[in-house]
Amino acid sequence: MVLETSAPTAKPSVGAYLKANIREYGLLVALVVIMLFFQFVTGGVLFRPVNITNLILQNSFIVIMALGMLLIIVAGHIDLSVGSIVAFTGGLSAVMMVKWGIHYSLVVPLCLVLGGLVGAAQGYWVAYQKIPSFIVTLAGMLVFRGLTYLILQNRPIGPFPKEFQVLSTGFVPDVLWFANPNPAIVTNLFALVAVIVLVGLAVYFGMKDRSNNDKHGTENEPFVFFAIQMAIIGVVAIFLGFQLSTYRGFPNVLIVMALLIALYTFITTRSTIGRRIYAMGGNEKAAKLSGINTERLTFLTFVNMGVLAALAGMIIAARLNSATPKAGVGFELDVIAACFIGGASASGGVGKITGAVIGAFIMGVMNNGMSIMGLGIDYQQLVKGLVLLAAVFFDVYNKNKG
Amino acid sequence: MDKYILEMRGITKTFPGVKALDNVNLKVREGEIHALVGENGAGKSTLMKVLSGVYPAGSYDGDIVFDGSVRQFKDISDSEHLGIIIIHQELALVPLLSIGENIFLGNEVATKGVIDWKETFARTRELLAKVGLKESPATLITDIGVGKQQLVEIAKALSKKVRLLILDEPTASLNETDSAALLHLLMEFRKQGMTSIIISHKLNEIKTVADKITILRDGGTVETLDCHNEDIGEDRIIKGMVGRDMDDRYPPREPKIGSTLLEVKNWNVYHQHHRDRQFLHDVNFTVRAGEVVGIAGLMGAGRTETAMSIFGRSWGHKITGDVLMHGKPVDVSTIQKAIEAGLAYVTEDRKHLGLVLNNNIMHNTTLANLPAVANSGVIDGHREREVATDYRKRLRIRSHSIYQETVNLSGGNQQKVVLSKWLFTNPEILILDEPTRGIDVGAKYEIYSIINQLAAEGKGILMISSEMPELLGTCDRIYVMNEGRIVAELPKGEASQESIMRAIMRSGEKH
Repeated sequence: MVLETSAPTAKPSVGAYLKANIREYGLLVALVVIMLFFQFVTGGVLFRPVNITNLILQNSFIVIMALGMLLIIVAGHIDLSVGSIVAFTGGLSAVMMVKWGIHYSLVVPLCLVLGGLVGAAQGYWVAYQKIPSFIVTLAGMLVFRGLTYLILQNRPIGPFPKEFQVLSTGFVPDVLWFANPNPAIVTNLFALVAVIVLVGLAVYFGMKDRSNNDKHGTENEPFVFFAIQMAIIGVVAIFLGFQLSTYRGFPNVLIVMALLIALYTFITTRSTIGRRIYAMGGNEKAAKLSGINTERLTFLTFVNMGVLAALAGMIIAARLNSATPKAGVGFELDVIAACFIGGASASGGVGKITGAVIGAFIMGVMNNGMSIMGLGIDYQQLVKGLVLLAAVFFDVYNKNKG
Repeated sequence: MDKYILEMRGITKTFPGVKALDNVNLKVREGEIHALVGENGAGKSTLMKVLSGVYPAGSYDGDIVFDGSVRQFKDISDSEHLGIIIIHQELALVPLLSIGENIFLGNEVATKGVIDWKETFARTRELLAKVGLKESPATLITDIGVGKQQLVEIAKALSKKVRLLILDEPTASLNETDSAALLHLLMEFRKQGMTSIIISHKLNEIKTVADKITILRDGGTVETLDCHNEDIGEDRIIKGMVGRDMDDRYPPREPKIGSTLLEVKNWNVYHQHHRDRQFLHDVNFTVRAGEVVGIAGLMGAGRTETAMSIFGRSWGHKITGDVLMHGKPVDVSTIQKAIEAGLAYVTEDRKHLGLVLNNNIMHNTTLANLPAVANSGVIDGHREREVATDYRKRLRIRSHSIYQETVNLSGGNQQKVVLSKWLFTNPEILILDEPTRGIDVGAKYEIYSIINQLAAEGKGILMISSEMPELLGTCDRIYVMNEGRIVAELPKGEASQESIMRAIMRSGEKH
């Protein structure tokens, strides 16, 4: 019996490639367009060094939590409690440092562990008792908000030791000050050099990866796309780096955020645990029958979320220099919205870290831009809601058409 | 009986890049049972979607003549209005509503939006009597079996004054008894003058009921056979479907049987949900190296449950008994451990339990053995790609690349991806649960060839199947299960459809 063998792998055309990846490129283009729009309507305020710094400080914790939330959403769940965990861990850190006088170097890791325990407490019900995550984390949202009021006794606590505030408000010092050719313009040479080096490395490793793929016969994206993408990202990064270098350089949180983004991108794209989370979100029963311990995996995504929320909680507390019972109210919605704008699917199994990060920055730039324009919270909410709906509609439309 | 109730003339339907139907002709006489056969992808479903208006008039070329005039259906309600009703393979019933509610869903017996329950149930009772279903109209769909659900679908069709009933694979998920009852019902309807079109892969059933058989191949009509004029054998139909003679549906094999690989002893399992009900009783069986062992039985006999309870206790509870590999007891208490012990289980439900449909072929292939393509938790992309490419080639998975999402593959190719996944775990025992369900003849042959090759490599194969000819054609030894017990063990020489059925019937009398 003669059977036709499978057709040879066809090289995708540029058009077909664009069509298949329209979501990712579209998102990047949308962010750039939104940035340019606000740069224009705010009369150039958006890209001022001090405002860029503010943008990073204001959004770092949303981005950090979006990393964990993306894993949860990909796993097929949701976490509504992150806003409350932010307040809870922020409050705990304040009580420990300010009231009990424990050294910050002990408090920070302790709070991260406590955040993990909070995540574990919720993950247990979701993973092992099979209670829908929506319900468990809705309960968690109320419980941890309540606990926050209890431990803070309804009052803000502060101020924090200087060293702790540095976590959020500090900047990376200019270690290259001695080589600065023009201190009048560039006040932090390190930031500028670091950005240029990083962009260079990104291009180098990108090219190396491509040639490696060619050698093994793995498909590459068309070179045009690689080039355009690298050019856009490179130009934007160097521009932002330059702007920052004329102010105070890199905020510390930017470094934390960048490292975490790199780590979670690696986890989702290259690690077995990441792959298993996607498989579980795509079809939990099939994943389980393939020998994947789906309960433990679900549990761990919630523990992870708790740790990241605790980190975000401390960053916020340090930034405000006080822990308040109302910290983080409504944050869960921004974080979840960032993931969905970034292309995550509400039914699980689909979503990317880069998408969630860009989604978070789209929200952040809109918040910031509209604030500068003097639009009230009323309009801000309205616009953000419509953008979320439009982004998801775009997904659904694409899916139905394809 | 001379009038054509339906004529489809020169139907051509193109999708971007593919001609799904090419000048297809179908003529159905009033009052006959007309079978539509063809391999998967031959165009049967597309043709029925054209007929029912899923693809509206204008999106295809050709004419549909129903009841003597040319019809242009804009959507399904247009065709339903004329009494053309399709019952799809995947039933469209709402599980948590009652039989009565389901039958009149969208078509409620109501005045001004207020439902007349008395009338609804009275009419439901009438309809249920017609299809011979003895259930209360208030019973929930979830509480009745697939066979009865199929009857509810038919009752629903009857409630709409059906003139042409189209059944897409009506017996695919039914056991033999239910299938026979359904076919009998169709013949009853024929006596009353109803016309039906039946799409099926089960040629023996078609032979029993059909007056005419239209064969489609690659989007075109091959021929229409009249079952009354000539004696049409299955081989004749298969020849038309595949376009070649099918001398042997089962590839030949020289069994080289070695020592005992798997032994299951005194396996007792309680029901997953009804926790005080014992479901499997003292199940004992062995599988030797290089041997293909079958498990025959009716649906609900406990075959799948036996396999799944052994495979990491993925079914049932209060499980007792021993599993031995090479004569030594092994721990199969979790799926991970079962895989490590050398077991693999290819599920009967590949869409829901076998594949992550929105993942590509490569990701599905490596899913059960990711560590083999990873270094301390980091996936080696090149090695993974090599593995997937290799299996795609070896199992001849037809796709445009290993990056194609499995949701877009045909049933046979999906099954091959599931097989790839399990072969990559390098099992000693491969449990195949209905490995050829919903797969066309050509792909079935390929699956059998793969089974033979694995046996030749010295693996033990345990094959569960509801198609007895398949078991008889491929197995060296067949166990017969009934009501949670193994009731017979038949070596190849003694096994026949009759001996299997006899074993089932006899055991039924005992209990």
